[in-house]
Amino acid sequence: MSLRRALLTTRRILQQLRHDPRTIGLLLLVPSALVGLLAWSLTNDPGAFDSIGPRLLGVFPLVVMFLVTSVITLRERSVGTLERLFTLPLTKAEFVAGYAIAFGALAIVQSFLVSVLSYTWYGLAHQGVPWRISVVALCAGLLGTAFGLALSATAHSEFQAVQFMPAFILPQLLLCGLILPVSQLPSALRLLADVLPMTAAVHAIAPFQSNWYYVSQFAIMVGYILVALIVGATTLRRTTK
Amino acid sequence: MEASSQSTFEVDDLRVERQGNEILRSISFRAAPGELIGLLGPSGSGKTTLMRSLLGVQALTSGSVKVLQSAVGSASLRGRIGYMAQGSAIYLDLTVEENLEYFAGVLRLAAMEVERVMAVVALTSFAGRLASSLSGGEQTRLSLAIALLGSPPALILDEPTVGLDPILRRDLWRTFEELARAGTTVLVSSHVLDEAAHCARLLLLRNGALLFDDSPAQLLAAAGATSYDVAFERLIEGVA
Repeated sequence: MSLRRALLTTRRILQQLRHDPRTIGLLLLVPSALVGLLAWSLTNDPGAFDSIGPRLLGVFPLVVMFLVTSVITLRERSVGTLERLFTLPLTKAEFVAGYAIAFGALAIVQSFLVSVLSYTWYGLAHQGVPWRISVVALCAGLLGTAFGLALSATAHSEFQAVQFMPAFILPQLLLCGLILPVSQLPSALRLLADVLPMTAAVHAIAPFQSNWYYVSQFAIMVGYILVALIVGATTLRRTTK
Repeated sequence: MEASSQSTFEVDDLRVERQGNEILRSISFRAAPGELIGLLGPSGSGKTTLMRSLLGVQALTSGSVKVLQSAVGSASLRGRIGYMAQGSAIYLDLTVEENLEYFAGVLRLAAMEVERVMAVVALTSFAGRLASSLSGGEQTRLSLAIALLGSPPALILDEPTVGLDPILRRDLWRTFEELARAGTTVLVSSHVLDEAAHCARLLLLRNGALLFDDSPAQLLAAAGATSYDVAFERLIEGVA
């Protein structure tokens, strides 16, 4: 794998987005706006935003990045540029890495923006370490990108890709501890919830846990990111039937 | 054997099936450097599948395909076959220059090569324009420019002149003829039959089988016709 060709691909993707300021705006601002809306809606219940807000910092970037990545890579397939690239010396790993780096960079900006706004304007008084929340938001964005890449390899149209959202994201949203703490779920669902990436994002934000606990939650997220990227790279097919 | 060892394309008994349907039936042909070959046939006759087979992006059912003396699909061929797909296969949200710079970068070519291919397809004055703002013909020329990057020894062009005005079509065919004279093997599919006259050699596909492989003059003679339209109809309908 050549890092040079991966970074060329990253630059090309960022150039594409630069010509589409509205998408960049949506990508960077929607998670921040949503968290702001949440903070505003909970104004009359002191302390509620402090407990719910951080958990959503791990959820919104995942959803936004998942959607954008799956649609943009699928478009690459339907327009024929992917097929053209496959006749050139660009490996599947370089292609996937190019996307992961481009959207990873966007996720960094996105997570920075949402955490800074939360701690300042939105008045978040969370009992945790701010940097940990930023890193969780970043991991969540990368998770969204990695799963978007993996699933768009199996979708046949942008329409299908968008429908992966409710099928893939919503069950995690129900089980990740946002509605009911994971410890109160029926035991079978608890086992499932404990290994889902979104649960790890929510857990990694929880205050007052042991270092080992945080390390294990980050390990789950990083593991999912790597596995999804590898799946994304291997399910891409140079030849089609 | 001397001649075949220098072939650009060597296709032997190529078959492609898709969901039980035979898309290509026992295709065999060879093409030498400098040949300008027209690939003709009604829509659905297998032209695109044959071109994709030569590019290594089509799963083959059986048979052997060699390009530039290497088995098709081998990594060493990547970047040595210029390809222009039906539909432009360009990034609409990049400028002309950014499109070319990306593909040139993947091919490790110098910036001068971007300038050169823009000049060949007369897009130099459009360098900073977004591809989405180009007309259909300009997008086609950009797609061709990408295929020309690095002067590959083989060019595979799938309906490059579809939807273009006659002047532009004539100019593109001149470009193809010049490339062939310089030693490039150019395979061009088309359903505009008058364009057949530009090619020294024609391959005619019908229902996935190679019906005819000879010069345009021979096509007219074989069909007993004076126009390519009539000759084509007669051969396709099996009258001749």
